[in-house]
This record gives sequence, structure tokens and C-alpha cells, in this order.
Amino acid sequence: MDYEVVIGCEVHVELKTKTKIFCNCPTDFGGAPNTHVCPVCLGLPGTLPVLNKKVLEYAIKAGLATNCEIAEYSKFDRKNYFYPDLTKAYQISQFDLPICKNGYVEINVGGKTKKIGLTRIHMEEDAGKLVHQGATITSATGSLADYNRAGVPLIEIVSEPDLRSAEEVLAFLTNLKAIIEYTGVSDAKMEQGSLRCDVNISLRPFGQEEFGTRAEIKNLNSFRAVERVINYEIDRQTDILEDGGQVVQETRTWDEGKGVTLSLRSKEDSDEYRYFPDPDLTPLVIDRAWVEELRSSLPEMPMAKRKRLIEEEGLPEYDAGVITSSKVLAEFYDGVRAHYGDAKKTSNWIMGELLARVNAEGIELEDIKVKPEHLAALLTVLDKGEINGKIAKEVFAEMFNTGKEPESIIKEKGLVQISDEGAIVAIVDEVLANNPKSVEDYRAGKKQAMGFLVGQVMKASKGQANPGVVNKLLAERLEQ
Amino acid sequence: MTLSRLTIHELHEKLTSKEISAVELAKEHLHRIETIDTDVKAYLKVTADVALAQAEAVDKMIANGEKIAPLAGIPMALKDNMCTEGIETTCASKMLENFKPQYDAAVVEKLHSNHGVMLGKVNMDEFAMGSTTENSAYFATKNPWNFDCVPGGSSGGSAAAVAADLAVYSLGSDTGGSIRQPAAFCGLVGLKPTYGAVSRYGLIAFASSLDQIGPLTKDVTDAALVMNAIAGHDHRDSTSANIAFPDYTAALDGSVQGMRIGIPEEYFGEGIDPEVEAQVRAAAAKLEELGAVVEVCSLPHTRYAMPAYYLIAPAEASSNLGRYDGVRYGLRANAKDVIGMFKETRNQGFGDEVKRRIMLGTYGLSSGYYDAYYLKALKVRNLIKQDFDAAFAKYDCLITPTAPTTALVKGQNQDPLALYKGDICTIPSNLAGIPALSLPYGLDSKQMPVGVQLLGKAFGEPQLLKVAYALEQNTDLTKLKPNQGKGL
Repeated sequence: MDYEVVIGCEVHVELKTKTKIFCNCPTDFGGAPNTHVCPVCLGLPGTLPVLNKKVLEYAIKAGLATNCEIAEYSKFDRKNYFYPDLTKAYQISQFDLPICKNGYVEINVGGKTKKIGLTRIHMEEDAGKLVHQGATITSATGSLADYNRAGVPLIEIVSEPDLRSAEEVLAFLTNLKAIIEYTGVSDAKMEQGSLRCDVNISLRPFGQEEFGTRAEIKNLNSFRAVERVINYEIDRQTDILEDGGQVVQETRTWDEGKGVTLSLRSKEDSDEYRYFPDPDLTPLVIDRAWVEELRSSLPEMPMAKRKRLIEEEGLPEYDAGVITSSKVLAEFYDGVRAHYGDAKKTSNWIMGELLARVNAEGIELEDIKVKPEHLAALLTVLDKGEINGKIAKEVFAEMFNTGKEPESIIKEKGLVQISDEGAIVAIVDEVLANNPKSVEDYRAGKKQAMGFLVGQVMKASKGQANPGVVNKLLAERLEQ
Repeated sequence: MTLSRLTIHELHEKLTSKEISAVELAKEHLHRIETIDTDVKAYLKVTADVALAQAEAVDKMIANGEKIAPLAGIPMALKDNMCTEGIETTCASKMLENFKPQYDAAVVEKLHSNHGVMLGKVNMDEFAMGSTTENSAYFATKNPWNFDCVPGGSSGGSAAAVAADLAVYSLGSDTGGSIRQPAAFCGLVGLKPTYGAVSRYGLIAFASSLDQIGPLTKDVTDAALVMNAIAGHDHRDSTSANIAFPDYTAALDGSVQGMRIGIPEEYFGEGIDPEVEAQVRAAAAKLEELGAVVEVCSLPHTRYAMPAYYLIAPAEASSNLGRYDGVRYGLRANAKDVIGMFKETRNQGFGDEVKRRIMLGTYGLSSGYYDAYYLKALKVRNLIKQDFDAAFAKYDCLITPTAPTTALVKGQNQDPLALYKGDICTIPSNLAGIPALSLPYGLDSKQMPVGVQLLGKAFGEPQLLKVAYALEQNTDLTKLKPNQGKGL
């Protein structure tokens, strides 16, 4: 039987506020253990939380950017459980009155646009980190607790079970990540843990309305892992169903090394968190004027930008998709276009030369040294014929490595294109004199000999000769 | 008369007139603690060095001709659930034996900035859960009026210390009557402020939506003076009120002429000792005599307050006390694995009453029970607030007993339900967040003090102080000292 896969995602996004959600400790990554802590985030007896307003602002912005309704009345709740990384034995989170609900993210798969519903977005605090002393958690001789992360603000974005393939999930995550990045509320980097994903997967026979039993796979931290998990689970659950078995509702974990998901806990011992409203925090009444102010402060979102690039800039869908998948790239594109007129050439250079080098070097887009106005300048001199395409690529490589402007690189290396006929004629004559066989071939009708001769002239001029001029002069001489 | 019997305002005059020195005053109290507290057992920790250093600083200020605050140089005691930097703060629990906080509670900061003199930390029921101070993990405190009786609780150490002149005043905390009931049992003025009037920052939480810190004092003026020092907005406590706080002494004019005072009939039902009732009615009659309009009124949902409280308070406590898991501070028991360590630490660290309330609260919040218990209790809480709103539309304040009886006899308080019922008069004001004051008013036939409770609308402390002060000025029944031979 053929099964339809049904997937919903829970995405945790770390907000990039300067300080933690309920105290003034810095959120900076990577301090020595337990250096970014205070009595409040350590949950010492007698301490009380005070909400960082920036967290609320960022959560609302994330909600507005994903078409959510922003609650008029919201509150924080305590999620109670014991774990050594949790300083108060409860996590301050939101239960029944989240800050945002009923939103959606648009995806574009196979040329079709689809809205993926968002059930809710809520705010919560991160826990600390345990460092186990041993090869694995089960063989560890002890654990050390680092509470630097305790109280770092997170939002949890919960999607509706609207996703039907790994491809859709990846498109959803890509777009969601881009939206979050565009709003500026998070770096949203999976590799660095500022965006983490849990997926809920179930299968049902095509045509059946009722959902099948789902498995939840926790804490996926790369797009590749998400894709592999989904494909693995589809196979695993299909096998169970084909054998007449039943999928167990449970939480599973992804073993990256073995490429399998493993059962963590079943629903029978499902979580009893004893949620209740946190009496230490007063309920939130959200000022509508403030919400509108935040709405108007949002930048153009990726899907809108993508549409603009296609419709107004005339870029192919593929180009527009790549460029808008990252805020940095999109801004780079706009930066080039502010100084340079050709949209498609801009896109070609960004997707070709720039991204190829970024990928080859393995650097972050944020760390690109090339300035958009410099790429614009390079393309301008290329268009004017002051340099040829080959040299332009050489200049770009230097720009990429050093961040220098193209004019000075061209000058320093003496790469200016030679268009002066007088200078080129001498080289042409020399090449013709040294290659009588080719001249003879050409005159005998083997027109392809022309290519060889152009190449020789270019080589002799160290690539600086204007190929147009070279062609013209060679043709004149050979037709004589 | 020995210095230690005097009030804050009396001693302030003697200090500023240089009749006595702050060091002399501190030493007299420390000496008294050394000789008498072996019987009373109010103090868990005496901080003599701190007290003497603080007193010396005040004497220097006086010598330099500086103006000193009313609380400057006045020796006081703190309930051991208020954090004191570097000084043991145990909540009278084995769980926090030797626990030294890294910071001072907001109220402690305020007393320090007023140049108060801290004599030490006083006993309480473990984590403020109880009404006899017999739930302390360390020892029981005696009632200075009669050593066979309890001082009340949970702020029993705070009350006993002041009643026995082992401190001029003290701070207690009140979640369901824990300041007022011990004040009543020990013949003191005890004030539970409006929720949000005094910062809870640094108060080790029992039930966060109910806890308030307040003074236990020898008279009404002292209560107003302590309130002037400790009330106020604190940005570190999100539930702290951001309003203009009054000068509480301004209300002390001695007049109740034309004030409207209600006697809620529900507070005089079953279980109220007739002798207690008689004293409360006598106080009401006195107020009428002084020109107040006194009427019987009704707070119809009062009888639901106790069950609602014993769901809400344990629910919050079960969560607040989760952090005592042996991982970061306090007691840690040895076990094979981390879950075992959690269990054994909590098993060894908490006493029976604390465990009972954690269990109650845990059940009340569990899925399947939440709606029937916790949520329903919150609805009852709203109804109780509405009762008070309606009453305060008509009355400036209400007068009731503080506790159904005078001080209970020691060692006979094993029935938790019977003890919970003893909180019946004090609990509703915690649920509603309104201020409540207990004032001593005469003795019963066992020669034990009776407490009269005054209830006011939110931030209506000035009216309560005004009424209490008028009673104090017009009778001798509020000025009581334990000197009957069974205690001191």
C-alpha cells in the first residue's frame, strides 16, 4: 500500500538579545563555564524573574513576520520537571496563552506555492548544559553543569501537520530560517544551535483523513539530519505497517553516526509537567499600537523579495530563490544593484563566483570580505571592456581574499585591458609570423585555425588584449 | 525599666538625645539573648559581630551630629527565610543547613540602608509551613507568655523574640497568617502588607502569589515606622507595586470618628473560642464608643477560602521547592545515580509537613486534577476578592479575630487538618492580597493574649494603622507584657 507522510515541526529559535530573558546576564556564546550567571538565572533561593522586554519584542516580530495573530493577553507558565541542567526544577515557558498563534509560512515546491500553518509561537528560557565525564552518557563517571545557557531566550515555533515530504520540510525550514534571519531576531543557524528542530512524523493510507500514530524525533541540528530522519522514519514506519504492525507513539532520538532513530520514551511514561501560571510574573497585556509599530518596522520578507526579484528584476525563479534564502545574500544583491544596472549579471556573479568561493572556503556569508559596491565596480569595468571576463574573475578572486577594491587590484597587477590597436597589431603580426601553418590552414578554408591564433595573441598579451580588437585585427590580416 | 522593653520610637529619642548609645542597646539585647534565649529558643543564629559593627557606625553618625533614620541603631531580628549575604539562611530546614546566600534580600538591604542593627536570624516552621514553629528542623520555640505554649507560626521566632524583648522588632513573612497569628499568640502588633507593597526579592518562596513580608512590633507606631522603611517598589520583583507609597505614620491621629467598620459574621462561626469572640466584640464596641460606625456585614464565600488556600499554596510550594535537588547548594545525599540523588536528598532534607504540602500541590497540579482542583481554587480566589471589594465599597475596614483561639499548647498539634482550620481567619486576606493587621486586645482566662484582626482594602494600610492606633491610645488592653510567671 502507498502511504502519505504527514509531518509537523517544532522549531526552537534562540533570540539574539544582549541579555537573558529574566536577568541581566549576557547571552554571549562560549564563555568559561558558569561565568555568565547570576543569582536569578542560577535560580538561587529568593530570586525572582523580571521579563526582558526585548524578548517580547522579538517574539512579536517573529510572529508578525510569519503572519501570526499577536495575543492581546498572554502569560508565562511553569513547566515543572527535575533535571540537573534546570536550575529551578521548572522552565518558565508559555502554555495555554502563547504570544503568537495562527500564522503561516509560504513554501514553493515544484512550482507550487503552499501555506504551512503555524499553530503557535511561544517564549521560554533555555536550560543549562551538562558535560558528561566519559565516552557516553551511560558510561559517564560524573557530569559537570554549566549554566551559562540557563535563561537564554528562545521562541518555540510549532507548525500544523501540513507538510507532506522531506522536500516540503526543507523548504519550510529554509523559508522559516530566512524569515527569522530577515527580522533580525536571531542568527537562526542550525550548525550553531540557534535553530533546532523536532519533527513529528506519521503515515496514513492515501485518502484517509485520520492521522496515523506519530513519532517525535527531537533536537535535529542540521538540514541534512532532518532530511535523513524523515526518509529513515518513512521507511521504518512503512515496514511496520506493511508487516501489519502498529507504530508506537513515542519520542525518538537521531543517531547521526548509525543513521537510525532510537526510542527515547514512549507515551505511557509521557511527560507530566504540571504546568501552571508563574505567580512571579504578571500577565502580559500587549499594547496594539506597539504591535503596529513593530509591524511597520519589519523589513521586506523573503517571499515578497523573491516575488519582486522575479517580477520587477526579471530574474529566473531559481536565482530569486537562492538570493533570497539568506538575508546577507539578498542585501548583497541589493547593494550591487544600487550601483549597477544588470540584474541577471549581478545574480550570475553572486551565484557563480561568490557562492562558489564561499562554499570552497567554507566561510559564513556574514564573513564575506567583498563589498557589494566593489562587485558593482568590477562588473562596470568589465562591461566597458576595460578588462575581459577572465581577468575579471582573477580580480574577483583577489577581492574575495583581501576585500580590496577592483580598481586598485587592476592597477597594481597591471591588468588593464589593452584595446589600443597600435599596441595589439605588433603582437598579431608576431603571432602570424610564428605560425605560418595556421595561416595557411585558415586561408585554405580551415576557419577553426582562427581560434588557435586568437588564443596565441591572448597568451602573448598575458590576457590583457581586448579579444574583440584581436579578432578584428586577425581577420583583417588573414583576409588580405 | 530596662532598655530592651522599649519601642522603636522611644529608643530613637534616647539615641538622638544621646541618653543611650546604640552599642549599649545592642549589647543589652545580645546579653539578654545569651541569658534568656536558652529558654525561649527564638534565635537560629545570633550575629553579634554584625550587630555591634552596625551599632558602632550609628554611634559615630550620632557623634558627628548626623540625622539618623528612625530605625537606625535599633536592634531587630529577621525570620530565617530572608536572604542575608554570607550569613546562614536555613528556612529552619535541614535542606539549607549552612546555606549562605550570595546576596541580601531587598528588605535586608533596606534595613541596612536605614542603619538597622541585625541581632540574628530567628526560628520558623520549615519553609514557613506551619502555625506553631514546631515544624522547625532544629528546635521548637516557646511562647514567652507561657513556655508550655507555642508562639504560633510560621513566624514564631520573630514573635517570640520581640515578645521576650530579645529584639525591638522583627520581620516575618505571611502566606496564610504567618505574621498575624504569632503576633496574636505573643501579644504583638503584626502587619501583613498588601501583596506588592514590600519586595519579595530575597524572600525564600513558599507560595509566591501569597507571600508578603511585614513587621512584628511592640506597638502600632513601630509598625508604621518599619513599613516606612520596607515598603516600596522594587524593579527586581515583577509583582511589586509601582505606586507612590505614603508616610505610614501620617495616619496615626487617634481618631476613628465617622469611620465605617464592618464585622463580617462569617468570622464568628464554629470553632471560634467564645473568649476570643468576646474580646473582638469588645474592641468593636470600643471603636463605636470612639465614634466609628460599626455594622455586621457578610463575606459569603469565606468558608471556601481554606480549601482554596490549601490547593493554591501547596501547588506553588511544590514548584518553588523543586530547586532543592542537591545539585547546586544545600544538602546533597549520596546515591548511585542522579535520580536517586534527587530522591534521597529530598527525602532527607524535608520534614513531614513540607513533604505533605509538596505531595498535595503535586497532585493538585497533575493533569486530570488541575481543572477540578487548582483551577477551581483560582475561581474561588476571585469570588473571595469580589466579597472584599463589595465590603470595602461600604466599609473602611473590617474587624475579626486573628485566630480562633489563643496560643496552642506545645506538643499537641499533630493533626494537620485541625491546624489548617486555625488559619481560617487569616487566609482570606492572603488570597485577596489585601492588608491585615493583628492587634493585641486583652487576655483570656488562661492569661494569654487575644489578637484582633483588622482588614483593609488594597493599599489601605493607613486606615488599619489609624484604627489600631486609636484603640491603642484609648485602652490599656493593647499594651501587654508577658510577666505571669509561666513564661518569662
